[in-house]
Amino acid sequence: MTEVVLAAAPTQILAERRRFRVLRKLAAHRSFKIGLVLVTILVLCAIIGPMLTGIDPTAMSIRSRFKPPSVRFPFGSDQYGRDILTRVLYGGRLSLSLGLSVALISGVFGALIGVTAGYFRALDPYVMRLMDALMAFPAILLAIGIGAALGAQASSIVVALSVAYVPRTARIVRASVLVIREMEYLQAARVSGAGDLHIILKHVLPNCLGPLIVQLTFIFAYAILAEAALSFLGIGPPPPAPSWGNIIAEGRDYSVEAWWVMLFPGLAVSLAALGMNLLGDGLRDVLDPRLKIET
Amino acid sequence: MFRAIIVRLMQSIPVLLLVAVLSFILMHLLPGDPAVVIAGADATPAAVERIRSELGLDQPIWQQLLSWFLSLAQGKFGSSLVLNQTVLSAVAERLPVTLSLAALSLAITLPIGITLGILAAYFRSSWIDAGVMMIALVGVSVPSFWIAILSVILFSVTLGWVPSSGYAPLLTAGPGPWFASLIQPAMVLSLFQIGFLARMTRSAMLDVLDQDFIRTARAKGVSEWRTVGKHGFRNALVAVVTVGGIIISLLIGGSVVVEQVFALPGIGRLVVQGIMARDYPLIQGTMLLFGFAFVLINVAVDIIYTLVDPRVRYD
Repeated sequence: MTEVVLAAAPTQILAERRRFRVLRKLAAHRSFKIGLVLVTILVLCAIIGPMLTGIDPTAMSIRSRFKPPSVRFPFGSDQYGRDILTRVLYGGRLSLSLGLSVALISGVFGALIGVTAGYFRALDPYVMRLMDALMAFPAILLAIGIGAALGAQASSIVVALSVAYVPRTARIVRASVLVIREMEYLQAARVSGAGDLHIILKHVLPNCLGPLIVQLTFIFAYAILAEAALSFLGIGPPPPAPSWGNIIAEGRDYSVEAWWVMLFPGLAVSLAALGMNLLGDGLRDVLDPRLKIET
Repeated sequence: MFRAIIVRLMQSIPVLLLVAVLSFILMHLLPGDPAVVIAGADATPAAVERIRSELGLDQPIWQQLLSWFLSLAQGKFGSSLVLNQTVLSAVAERLPVTLSLAALSLAITLPIGITLGILAAYFRSSWIDAGVMMIALVGVSVPSFWIAILSVILFSVTLGWVPSSGYAPLLTAGPGPWFASLIQPAMVLSLFQIGFLARMTRSAMLDVLDQDFIRTARAKGVSEWRTVGKHGFRNALVAVVTVGGIIISLLIGGSVVVEQVFALPGIGRLVVQGIMARDYPLIQGTMLLFGFAFVLINVAVDIIYTLVDPRVRYD
């Protein structure tokens, strides 16, 4: 028994040291820090912000239509006299959670499909040809088609964008699995009688986590941008509940006279995407220096 | 070389077939009934039924897929329900717009994106590098239609330099108006691609500039210009070419949104209109053409890749 404990201890310490090294490197990485601060601020604004303003984002007031930014309306008001600041804060809840959902769903299915294709080589050609075919359609067109099929609502945007990004994620995971499966520790595990499931969960998955996480931060950024574009095309989350995309879409008709309606939600989208991209760059440098950007 | 092209084309056949099946499935996912769309709002149920059987929509789904494949094999992509023309002629009519936009956008993207990437890599960790990377990052983070609207407010409404929307054909309106109608959309479209390309070029150049042969070139007195431009970029080009397919895909996807903002009658707008109007054959046909174009462009990219980098072979 003692032997086992002794053998386990050093690897545990090593693993812990490695974890700290990654964290230390991240803490020293400038763009990671800037990105983290940006994203944290935006997330906090979306969670806490609406409670602070105490205004209903859908409350209309004909008398205060199209008010330019002022103390009462820091971001101005729209054609129904609604407070843009409040709408941007609430919109952040929808847009950010939408981006997160797309990233998580793409991550789970991308990992599942990528590991299947990379680990069980017999399935590889079939699975990857299907992924190639899905990738042949521009992501935004696929999302428009699926979004139109499922109807304009937040959940169909999540499905549509996930379908568009799963193949890209699967391809990255598969590429890592192909490298990992040739590693000696994997051969060792197999020789010592470990089953496929054990090998996948214990050895393969943890080792392709780095590239996967990097990819998911970029998908988060794309998803926020795509939600805005889809809303603009009329198949995003429907008004009156605000999302960053549909506030911009609604403000478009008044963009010359009331520029503030579309300016602020657009800035929010840009800052969120910028923050996630910075985070992704930092993670990529630390977790996976050799990874190339994939869209 | 010829053999490599054939091999690569053969490899793409299964993907092309799958693209066709997916286009078909996507159309059948759309809610609503094409027969009702064609018959119009006040058609009798009998008329709807007749149209349905004329279109073969009452047949089992695999049979519809089969007959669609058969007509595809004869080069028939079907007819639009709304536009009163075949899908192919609708696409051919709008292709010049999208191609003009794409070409102009590439003409802006390639020199700027590559130059910025090389500059950032050459002056790595300097303020030039930081500045270029900031521009690139903003480029990939700003929603294109939002920047398009802001740009219209500035350049069209306030300054009046270029029209805010619409397309002037090259042949009938002349090169001046054609250019004026496209330059703003093309620049908006390029923003994301410049950012993407600059980031790719930078990382490819960083890899190359660390290599021994660069040091050798410098040591033997090759001019700095030639070292970076010829020895360096020639090798980084390999990595840049691999993302050629992605750039084209971004271009197609981006043009869907940009054409919508600037009311350019291109293919992207055609698809969006088709989806909104439930114009099933049009959606199916254009999605298929988009998919085919993408697959074939990727084949072309792979072949260019073998030309740029003789080490790569497809056998």
